[in-house]
Amino acid sequence: MATKPLILAVVLQLLPLLCNSFSPESPTNRRVLVLLDDVAVKSSHSFFFKSLQSRGYQLEFKLADDPSVGLQRYGRYLYDVLILFCPSVERFKGAIDPAAILDFVDSGHDLIVAADTNASDFIREIATECGVDFDEDPSAMVIDHTSYAVSDTEGDHTLIASDDFVKSDVILGSKDIAPVIFKGIAHTLNPANRLVLKALSASPSAYSANPKSKLSNPPALTGSDISLVSVVQVRNNARILITGSLKMFSNRFFRSGVQKVGSSSKYKKSGNEQFLAELSKWVLHERGHLKAVNVRHHKVGEGDEPALYRINDELEYSVEIYEWSGRSWEPYVANDVQVQFYMMSPYVLKTLSSDKKGLYSTAFKVPDVYGVFQFKIEYERLGYTSLSLSRQIPVRPYRHNEYERFIPAAYPYYGAAFSTMAGFFIFTVVHLYNK
Amino acid sequence: MSTAGPEGANGATTLRNAFGGVLSFFILLLIGVLAFSIRLFSVIKYESVIHEFDPYFNYRVTQFLTKQGIYEFWNWFDDRTWYPLGRVIGGTVYPGLTLTAGTMWWILNSLNIPLSVETVCVFTAPIFSAFASWATYLLTKEAKGVGAGLTAAALLAMVPSYISRSVAGSYDNEAVAIFALIFTFYLYIKTLNTGSLFYATLNALAYFYMVCSWGGYTFIINLIPMHVLLCILTGRYSSRLYIAYAPLVVLGTLLAALVPVVGFNAVMTSEHFASFLVFIIIHVVALVYYIKGILTPRMFKAAVTLVVSVGLVVCCAVVAVLVALVASSPTKGWSGRSLSLLDPTYASKYIPIIASVSEHQPPTWPSYFMDINILAFLVPAGIIACFLPLSDASSFVVLYIVTSVYFSGVMVRLMLVLAPAACIISGIALSEAFTVFTRSIKFQLPGLSLGSQVESGDVTSSVAVAQNSSTAVARNDVAKAEKAQEASKTRPSKKNKKKEKDIVEKESVTPHSDRRHLILPMEASVISIFLLVLLGAFYVIHCVWAAAEAYSAPSIVLTSQSPDGGLHVFDDFREAYAWLRHNTDVDDKVASWWDYGYQTTAMANRTVIVDNNTWNNTHIATVGTAMSSPEKAAWEIFNSLDVKYILVVFGGLVGYPSDDINKFLWMVRIGGGVFPHIKEPDYLRDGQYRIDSQATPTMLNCLMYKLSYYRFVETDGQGFDRVRRTEIGKKHFKLSYFEEVFTTHHWMVRIYKLKPPKNRIRGKTKKLKSKGSSKRSVAGKRNPWN
Repeated sequence: MATKPLILAVVLQLLPLLCNSFSPESPTNRRVLVLLDDVAVKSSHSFFFKSLQSRGYQLEFKLADDPSVGLQRYGRYLYDVLILFCPSVERFKGAIDPAAILDFVDSGHDLIVAADTNASDFIREIATECGVDFDEDPSAMVIDHTSYAVSDTEGDHTLIASDDFVKSDVILGSKDIAPVIFKGIAHTLNPANRLVLKALSASPSAYSANPKSKLSNPPALTGSDISLVSVVQVRNNARILITGSLKMFSNRFFRSGVQKVGSSSKYKKSGNEQFLAELSKWVLHERGHLKAVNVRHHKVGEGDEPALYRINDELEYSVEIYEWSGRSWEPYVANDVQVQFYMMSPYVLKTLSSDKKGLYSTAFKVPDVYGVFQFKIEYERLGYTSLSLSRQIPVRPYRHNEYERFIPAAYPYYGAAFSTMAGFFIFTVVHLYNK
Repeated sequence: MSTAGPEGANGATTLRNAFGGVLSFFILLLIGVLAFSIRLFSVIKYESVIHEFDPYFNYRVTQFLTKQGIYEFWNWFDDRTWYPLGRVIGGTVYPGLTLTAGTMWWILNSLNIPLSVETVCVFTAPIFSAFASWATYLLTKEAKGVGAGLTAAALLAMVPSYISRSVAGSYDNEAVAIFALIFTFYLYIKTLNTGSLFYATLNALAYFYMVCSWGGYTFIINLIPMHVLLCILTGRYSSRLYIAYAPLVVLGTLLAALVPVVGFNAVMTSEHFASFLVFIIIHVVALVYYIKGILTPRMFKAAVTLVVSVGLVVCCAVVAVLVALVASSPTKGWSGRSLSLLDPTYASKYIPIIASVSEHQPPTWPSYFMDINILAFLVPAGIIACFLPLSDASSFVVLYIVTSVYFSGVMVRLMLVLAPAACIISGIALSEAFTVFTRSIKFQLPGLSLGSQVESGDVTSSVAVAQNSSTAVARNDVAKAEKAQEASKTRPSKKNKKKEKDIVEKESVTPHSDRRHLILPMEASVISIFLLVLLGAFYVIHCVWAAAEAYSAPSIVLTSQSPDGGLHVFDDFREAYAWLRHNTDVDDKVASWWDYGYQTTAMANRTVIVDNNTWNNTHIATVGTAMSSPEKAAWEIFNSLDVKYILVVFGGLVGYPSDDINKFLWMVRIGGGVFPHIKEPDYLRDGQYRIDSQATPTMLNCLMYKLSYYRFVETDGQGFDRVRRTEIGKKHFKLSYFEEVFTTHHWMVRIYKLKPPKNRIRGKTKKLKSKGSSKRSVAGKRNPWN
């Protein structure tokens, strides 16, 4: 019994070490807090949790109304990832409110949110702050009469099968995924919002309405505007997954077969498990996380980085870019990484050539303009974290002794000057001594 | 001083001259001490600190020079100003002041006198004002003799106009340039009087120093040709004039072209054309005189008709080409500042950036009385004195005063050029007056023994005696007095006199008759001398007051007298710059209106977007536009310039009138000059500039208003602006794109930081239901923007 406080003390000592957000230095052994409405969810959704645990995450389950629950202690976050599987919770008893969760995200941590019918304002507010708008009608669900999933009992077509995935190998992996079954509420995204992305959209015939009541007005949300699963990558590269269905994580959906109505191909197993596993890999930074290191530039033929360049210098620029694979940093291979030599607008824009081992390099000539330039890399690709590097470097004009000493075009003037001097000398001699 | 008087060597005269020489030397020494020490009020009242704006830049450049050496200075590309354009300091700065102070520091250091660069910079201006008063002595001595020289030097030592630019700490170009200006003029007159090629060469070197020091050198290169032309037109052409002028143009132009900032301007811009034109004319005139000498009158007449007819054709052709060339350039070859000299309304019409500087405004009448005081009354008398007799030198002085009066009427700043001229002329006037009065007294003093028999109180009789001067005794006395006067006064300008004899033979006679008429009655003389001394005393009192009270404030530290007599010090500027220096990253960019650019780079060591070297109008207009835009547009402009911090100066709390709100209309004008969507009428209500509740929405929503008055209402609950003397129009507002990071003790400087782009972009859904006011306010904070 006496060992308990001791262990606690040790744990407290280690907490700062354990509780880092995703960082290039210690990306493994990440701690996940799962907040549940109901303890039953832990077992009914156990496949999803097991897949996380098998990938090395330490899951901690708490009831949403547990008053002891807290995201940070002594100014440090206790967890790296937060999973909100508590769609109906109105408010937490512990020290968690929407602002705390958003601060958690803003300090670089990942978040998975699953809503469901009758989602609480709490969940809606978090989603809205992240750029996802759930249907305002609390009892509305996504209904699709043309691409619902064929099930044993003819239902109200709220169980839908969709295979309209985001076309990105980075987010969903390269393997094909069977249609995903979904039963939940719809949300929309602001098209102007560049940070948020539909991972799974509804078919054009879908709409959002209360299945139990008759449609009196045309539904507000229709067609492929409706997003079923969305992912957000905010500006500090924290990632968020938001879905309108908690059931799609459930063991039952993972195991059930799927057949889209009107489609002959019947899948033995729905795509849910693969889809969510791949998506969670992306959200938890096991894929698509880039880092750029060793930015170097120097004059051609020299090794050291100068404090400033002169106009018309030849220079070489190189940077190493790696991608996190879940276990280690692997070289990132692409042919579209560009560097700008930038002063209010890019004066030089060059594509970097890769050596396939992560090293990107190029060489160019400094433009004939002086000023304070920047080497800029703005690399934003779908699914990847955005790389934004800039390094300031002044470019100076020629020094007084770096110009050409004699200009060929000026030889007539040199000739004129010297001949005048000689002529004046002769004139003086003649004038003085020719009496 | 040569001892040879006009009437030959005389033992007593030699001794007298020796005493006079020693006396003059000590007087000059004391004048130098006076000139130096009257400028130390700022150090005593405040501290030994660099003043104002431009001096900070000069100080920073001097530091660079002393650390890195002259070649690095010459090639200095400064990446900490005008971000991201940078500025080639070496090629855009007049290096004279910096090199002077740097040399002084280097000499002191090699003598093991370890003064800091700052100390040397602070005291450069007072030292050079001592030099300037000595140069004034030399110049006036050349023109009108030692007495006038000493008087002029004493006047210049304490003329308020010059003090305003040369108090200790006012480390600006003008500090050394005025000395260079006077000294160049002195060497020109000296050459003119002596015809010595040695002085002509020195003159070119002095001109070179002037070109190094100040853009005002164009005044020299226009004034001297004007004088040469005047001499030629009035038939005063001589070989001395040729020697004084031709080498100056040739050597001076060559040397001026060596200064990087001038370079080819020395031969390309219209400011210099007058000198070349006169250079041609003087050669033509010289040729004519030469031909006249070798030809018979008849042949000469024939030659004249031939040459004139051919010459006219050639001249017309050349002039046509020149006019075409000049007219093809948009500004007609003149720089904006020069054009505003010729047409005082030019700048305010076309170049807001020039018109916005207070020292480029025309002066008001009181500023003449403030800056040159009694000299304004003495100048006309001095001009008259210059015509008695008119020599080359005195005609030059007259020309100098006339042109500088015009220029001072165009720009307040050029009062500084007027001040030495006014001192010289007034010195001549005072000295002449004293000469006349003392001569009158002196004439009557021996007459006192003679007149004791007569009646000492009888004024009319003594006047009659003086005016008749027919008796031999009186005549002898007069002659003696005149000799003495001549010995003391006209001896230094004997070359003057020689030259006068060349041209006008009669002149040597006229002064005698003049002087005979200028004997005044004893009482009148005594009273007049007393009055003149009184006038001088008032001048001294005014100058000391001006030096102590009006012109010694360093403007970075302000003081105010509290009602109970205590002194309140406002040190907000340095507080803010120190905050920037200690709390921001070394590469952070600070945006402010350009007035504070030099101080920010020098005191806070942070990169600025624009500074007081207003070379790029577009860049300044960009900052002006940002300041006049609403928050979001301003944020985008500043973000595109990588700005991290914004500094605004706000005087509303303590009543500091030269703050950014008062300068704001200039930001609007300058910004609107380049970006037409900024329109001045949008900021004015019925043509009135106001910040109270009547102000236009554009005004109340622009960035400058918001940054100035953010949280201002929290100070007194009403938001009463003590500068504008009104309650502000919009009191409670929030900033969504900027955050306040520092405000100084008296709120005079406020520093804001650009908020980074929001981490998340919020969705469109409004708050679902009323969730209580606390939640609403949380949502309000998260304004959606990207």
